[in-house]
Amino acid sequence: MNIVVCIKQVPDTASKITLKDGQVSKEGMTFIMSPYDEFALEEALKIKEGLGAGSVTAVTLGPDSAEEVLRSALAMGADQAIHIKDDAFAAADSLGVGRALAAAIKPLNPDLVFCGMKAVDSDAAQVGGVLAELLDLPQALAVTKVEVGDGKLTVNREIEGGSEVLEVQLPCLLTAQKGLNEPRYPSFAGIMKAKKKPLEVKSAADLGLGGDDWGGGAQITEVFLPPPRQAGKVLEGEPADAVKELVRLLREEAKVL
Amino acid sequence: MADKKGILIIGEHQDGNLKKITRELLSKGRALAADLGEETAVLFVGQGLADLAAEAGRFGADTVWLADDAGLATYSTEAYTQVVTTAVRAAQPRLVLWGATAFGRDLAPRVATRLGVSLVSECTGAELPDGGSVEFVRPVYAGKAYQRVVAGGPIQMATVRPNAFAAAEADSPKSPATKSVAAEVGQIRAQVLDVVKTVSSRPELTEAEVIVSGGRGLKGPEHFELVDKLADVLGAATGASRAAVDAGWRPHSHQVGQTGKVVSPTLYIALGISGAIQHLAGMGTSKFIVAVNKDPDAPIFKVASYGIVGDVFDVAPIMIEEFQKAKEA
Repeated sequence: MNIVVCIKQVPDTASKITLKDGQVSKEGMTFIMSPYDEFALEEALKIKEGLGAGSVTAVTLGPDSAEEVLRSALAMGADQAIHIKDDAFAAADSLGVGRALAAAIKPLNPDLVFCGMKAVDSDAAQVGGVLAELLDLPQALAVTKVEVGDGKLTVNREIEGGSEVLEVQLPCLLTAQKGLNEPRYPSFAGIMKAKKKPLEVKSAADLGLGGDDWGGGAQITEVFLPPPRQAGKVLEGEPADAVKELVRLLREEAKVL
Repeated sequence: MADKKGILIIGEHQDGNLKKITRELLSKGRALAADLGEETAVLFVGQGLADLAAEAGRFGADTVWLADDAGLATYSTEAYTQVVTTAVRAAQPRLVLWGATAFGRDLAPRVATRLGVSLVSECTGAELPDGGSVEFVRPVYAGKAYQRVVAGGPIQMATVRPNAFAAAEADSPKSPATKSVAAEVGQIRAQVLDVVKTVSSRPELTEAEVIVSGGRGLKGPEHFELVDKLADVLGAATGASRAAVDAGWRPHSHQVGQTGKVVSPTLYIALGISGAIQHLAGMGTSKFIVAVNKDPDAPIFKVASYGIVGDVFDVAPIMIEEFQKAKEA
């Protein structure tokens, strides 16, 4: 099976967010592969290994530094990587990112495209659906289980208060939810091998993109930090007294009981 | 944009009733529509929908669009994408609002892409500056920061998180006009075979008014009984920290935080949760936070409205007892 996995480099979830010149400051931050993309990549590698055939291509869109997540993907076991890199992409919204990914992925003619259910920086949870629409693929988003059948997949996807079981014809697009698997760590041998695997860089022009392909017109007018939450009261005394006071406060002050 | 008017809510329904998110969106939608001097419409897709119109009217819908067809009885991304796209083209609204739910997250990006417009997703606020386009507020980095976004393009489209807006019936109920939408089901390449509901009497985590969560301080899955019992007393949903989920004590679907659910209940009770930054990001907008932890320096106390420094195994059983008494009083 020919599988493409879309991955994104994001700040570590332990990062504190600060602003500089009205934008989120990247200074001193540690960057990682977005955790949901790791689940997608792990599942793609497991499917390939289970079938004993096929290839896994990791694709990212991002600045120079994003090459690190592609190297990680290659070290985990991806066969090749594509880095979509162009300053023009700085302005892209989810639709624009989807268009760029679609342009890079379409010529690969994949059987399966796998994304994370969301990136943990922008939290938009859109690129999977946008990409499925642009590539005219059926989709199952936020999957927690994948079984490979003949020309089709059977998947579980998370919905409120339960899950849906779907049968999806190949080719298709899936997005990974937590619970799908436990991503592997790259081995030392994997890291050494990754250095020799092909990594292709594509610009907007290479993909035939330009003009108003970067999105549908949504504009971010301001980035701001939430007001710091004020610490409230620590209730002193024996547990029994503290709890009685808690009940009183929730009833009389907070009015939530 | 001049010819696009009104607000269209993409409705969700269950067992002949509007889902809570749809009541919330209608309540907000009719307030925005009133400011614009325009109308609010709602679309329902499925089978046997006629009874939904009356409830939609109570929440202020002027028009109810129905795509009512046996072929739409079971949800399908492909069929529903086509039907909703057709409805949006027919209704010509300036603004389309969806819930940031499994339904909205699945469909909205596809419909927006088919229409060639941007989608502003996972919003928690919407305002209408003088004569302008709607401005949305959405958390990024799970709420460590926020963006203000103006949805441009000919049709503005957004998904809104549950609990972002209060649901309230309109002062005077309306008798909405109903219009039908053609149901073009088309080719279905992803078929829903089964829907497995987790057997639970508790509310859904992202929609709950009250959440009781447990963390590593509970020391093992068996002690989550304390979380469950307290939740039962309060009619609350249950959550867990990443540490508790990664240890296999609770299912992944219960995780609250940057790599789990982002929640915003009225009351969030954290039992034995230290408050890692990624957890605080996921529940920091809760109206009131109660924390029980034996470490007085735990970061959770920096955000807690009310904190009790103590052993969760001493404090939680008393909480169960006292909250039960308070409920009966």
